Amino acid sequence: MELYKLTARELIEKIDKKESNAGEIISCLGKRIKEVDPKINAYVRLSEPEPSISAPGPQPSTPLRGVPVSIKDNICTQGYKTECSSKILEGFTPPYDATVITKLKNAGAAILPFKTNMDEFAFGSSTENSCFGPTRNPWSLEAVAGGSSGGSAAAVAADEAAWALGSDTGGSIRQPASFCGVVGLKPTYGRVSRYGLIAFASSLDQIGPITKDVADSASLLNVIAGYDHFDSTSIDKEVPDYTKVLGSGIKGIKIALPEEYFVEGLDPEVKSIVEEAVDKLKSLGAEDKTVSLPHTQYSIPVYYIVATAEASSNLARFDGVQYGHRCAKPQNLIQMYNKTRGESFGQEAKRRIMLGTFVLSHGYYDAYYLRALKVRTLIKNDFEKLFSEFDCVVTPTSPTAAFRIGEKIRDPLKMYLSDIYTISANLAGLPAISVPCGFTKNGLPVGLQILAKPFDEEMILKVAHAYEQATPWHKMKPKL
Amino acid sequence: MYETVIGLEVHLHLKTKTKAFCGCSTEFGREPNSQVCPVCLGFPGSLPVLNRTALDYAIKAALALNCSVQNYTKFDRKNYFYPDLPKNYQISQYDLPVSRDGFLDIRSEAGAKRVRIKRVHLEEDAGKLIHQEAVSLVDFNRAGMPLLEIVSEPEMNSPDEAYEYLTGLKSIIEYLDVSDCDMEKGSLRCDANISIRKKGSTILGVKAELKNMNSFKSVREALAFEAKRQAELLESGGEIIQETRLWNAEESKTVSMRTKEEAQDYRYFPEPDLPPFTINKDKIEAIKKSIPELPESKRRRFTEDYGLSEYDAKILVLSRRNAAFAEECINEYPGKEKKPVVNWLIGPFLSEANARNRELADLGIGSKALVELINLMEKGVLSNLSAKAVLAEMLETGKTAQAVIKEKNLAQISDSSSLGGVIEEVIKENAKSVTDYKQGKGNALMFLVGQAMRKSGGRANPKVVQDLLKEKLNEG
Repeated sequence: MELYKLTARELIEKIDKKESNAGEIISCLGKRIKEVDPKINAYVRLSEPEPSISAPGPQPSTPLRGVPVSIKDNICTQGYKTECSSKILEGFTPPYDATVITKLKNAGAAILPFKTNMDEFAFGSSTENSCFGPTRNPWSLEAVAGGSSGGSAAAVAADEAAWALGSDTGGSIRQPASFCGVVGLKPTYGRVSRYGLIAFASSLDQIGPITKDVADSASLLNVIAGYDHFDSTSIDKEVPDYTKVLGSGIKGIKIALPEEYFVEGLDPEVKSIVEEAVDKLKSLGAEDKTVSLPHTQYSIPVYYIVATAEASSNLARFDGVQYGHRCAKPQNLIQMYNKTRGESFGQEAKRRIMLGTFVLSHGYYDAYYLRALKVRTLIKNDFEKLFSEFDCVVTPTSPTAAFRIGEKIRDPLKMYLSDIYTISANLAGLPAISVPCGFTKNGLPVGLQILAKPFDEEMILKVAHAYEQATPWHKMKPKL
Repeated sequence: MYETVIGLEVHLHLKTKTKAFCGCSTEFGREPNSQVCPVCLGFPGSLPVLNRTALDYAIKAALALNCSVQNYTKFDRKNYFYPDLPKNYQISQYDLPVSRDGFLDIRSEAGAKRVRIKRVHLEEDAGKLIHQEAVSLVDFNRAGMPLLEIVSEPEMNSPDEAYEYLTGLKSIIEYLDVSDCDMEKGSLRCDANISIRKKGSTILGVKAELKNMNSFKSVREALAFEAKRQAELLESGGEIIQETRLWNAEESKTVSMRTKEEAQDYRYFPEPDLPPFTINKDKIEAIKKSIPELPESKRRRFTEDYGLSEYDAKILVLSRRNAAFAEECINEYPGKEKKPVVNWLIGPFLSEANARNRELADLGIGSKALVELINLMEKGVLSNLSAKAVLAEMLETGKTAQAVIKEKNLAQISDSSSLGGVIEEVIKENAKSVTDYKQGKGNALMFLVGQAMRKSGGRANPKVVQDLLKEKLNEG
């Protein structure tokens, strides 16, 4: 079998058996990328002369043995451009590594020098909002890859990456993973350091793995999780070995099925695929019960208030003063701000900055932002109550399979609804995973989402792994 | 008649080794942009981490200003665009400051007064713009330095009271050693809100916010100017508008910078990168214990224990090191009545210190040496005038009083036989004064004593001179 088709754990095994080495793996992946990426556009700036890969050769003693990781364009990599697929960060090369990158390097990973494509600043659900053009879905080149981590998900699905890191603010890891038929895990808020992740919404963002199977997600999480002194929102809590729980069975596990997630708006085909998946879980010994998460309907409005408010402030620093793009020959300071930002932020970025600025404005703060924070607490409480009785919550990852490129780009509200099932996990800070659970008639992948209480990544990994091992979906490859 | 109402907003640089939210040095006056990192430059992806020492200093200052330290506090973002603000928001505190509801007792000519302090909170400083002909440059060394903002209630009624408040505040902060309080270096900045109202009215007038004062004196001047400007405006039928005005020191006047309509909406919201936190009671208690005796109680003790006047005590306690030195001298001095040593401290000694821009303790003369000098004077070995000359020589050379007296032959002459000649001469040369004295004008005697002192080069014992003169004049 071609090396690029293997999971990261399989590659490590190959290296251990001396059947291959990191150098060979990297060049094989490089070839694969050159071959298929022109169709997919999972990576940005591929045509540019690549800087040397930071893998210090084969590293037999390290946990990752020099196997490369692909990195989303919003995670800072020292010496490699990190531009959030935005014109305003044109040419920005961070002088430092994100904590997750340092951890990966320490674990012996090679960091690919070209980054994976994304919606500008992670604003979007389709990777169409990228200054580098949209990423295409490896299962159907006319379809979106999902977003915002569409580049990472498509790269993994198209065997252009052994595994990858994405970031998830409202579903940006899980939804593209679902669309591309791979595994995507959003850890508990505070589980993984955000230091070096270019912020979209600081209280919602988390970095997480996108992988070919559940075991790889567990292995990658082992490396990136943990308290970081440089991130005050990271939590000082012991990191278990997430691979240990895999295969331990799910007999007697209590699954909650929130009725609000199976109503109008959910594509009937997706619904029946997810219901079959639930049946599979039951056949593996899980017990299910339909429950209610009464504040579900508010998750989208709450999210778009909190996330845009934080984003409007987080993106204020892109002003042309210190780094990135600056407009030509401004006449004065205000013009420099206006032209720089006006000519380099995309439509969606502008929309969200304006929304966020509005909800924080004098006279509107109480009605929008403050109220949203209160409802956010209610949503959190809903889940807390549920987890006193149940081990996990199972839902579809997205109400539809991948939609066509261009289908929703002019209708932001429709686009926002594609995150309706993933947003709550961010608002409540919960860990959640998307695992492939079947295909539509058109051959597009569908994802199953599993959520658990904070810091119970072991639960979602265990359930996802049990499901995955009992089904063939993760073995399927798109024809390219 | 109008009453002036003043509220002050003071910003202090806390004396921490590193910045508020990163590990960069806070040293003043280094090469521009040499003390920066991704965090204080606001680079994408960087995150702030609170400097715990800055928080401890803030709590210490708040406690010394009689504030209640809040158990639950958080940081907020204050959003506005300016090139010296790397993130285009400032990490500050909005509705849950680290402490609130304190007070500062002041004394001015109008009497003693308690000025309430609304809040004390922690925030970060911005960088500095350097404007050149064609370009403006930014130095971010200052960006991210920890600042303490101390906001008073609008309860001061004169520029003098504002001055006293600032002096008192600076004194307390210096006692705590949490800030240099140096307005010239920008480690203390002060904005003032001022309005006027008809005497007796309880409604606040429309205020102006004054900025750009670079000394306590200029704060006082700016306030005096502004009070007068507002009164004249009202008197001439004008209307005061809410605005920010800049003090122009060269022209001694305030000029409008922006009106309320142009004021920014800062869109405060909780800083999501720094979770809210609690300050536990043990920590507050521990910090409370570390607070030294503060100027006000020291002043009270000086007046009660050493019989110092309010005025003398106030001057001596202004600086913690001065006060410590003064107390050393007072204890060293054998007499029960401490006035002589205090007079020397706040008189010649303090003026020498001020002239050299130093603290009393840094003059190079220990308390023992100073008290020895005072003792010599009291024993009549030195005249007051000679003692000052000895002091100057001691400061110059570092020698003891005894050594200087010997070397310069400055010992006081109390021997009547040695002074006889001088007395004769003075009587001869000042016939008019002699007549005046004989006609009962007391002042004439003091004049003659002065003349004799001058002739002796200040070394004559004035008491002996006076006795000899009286004797001689009463004879004839």
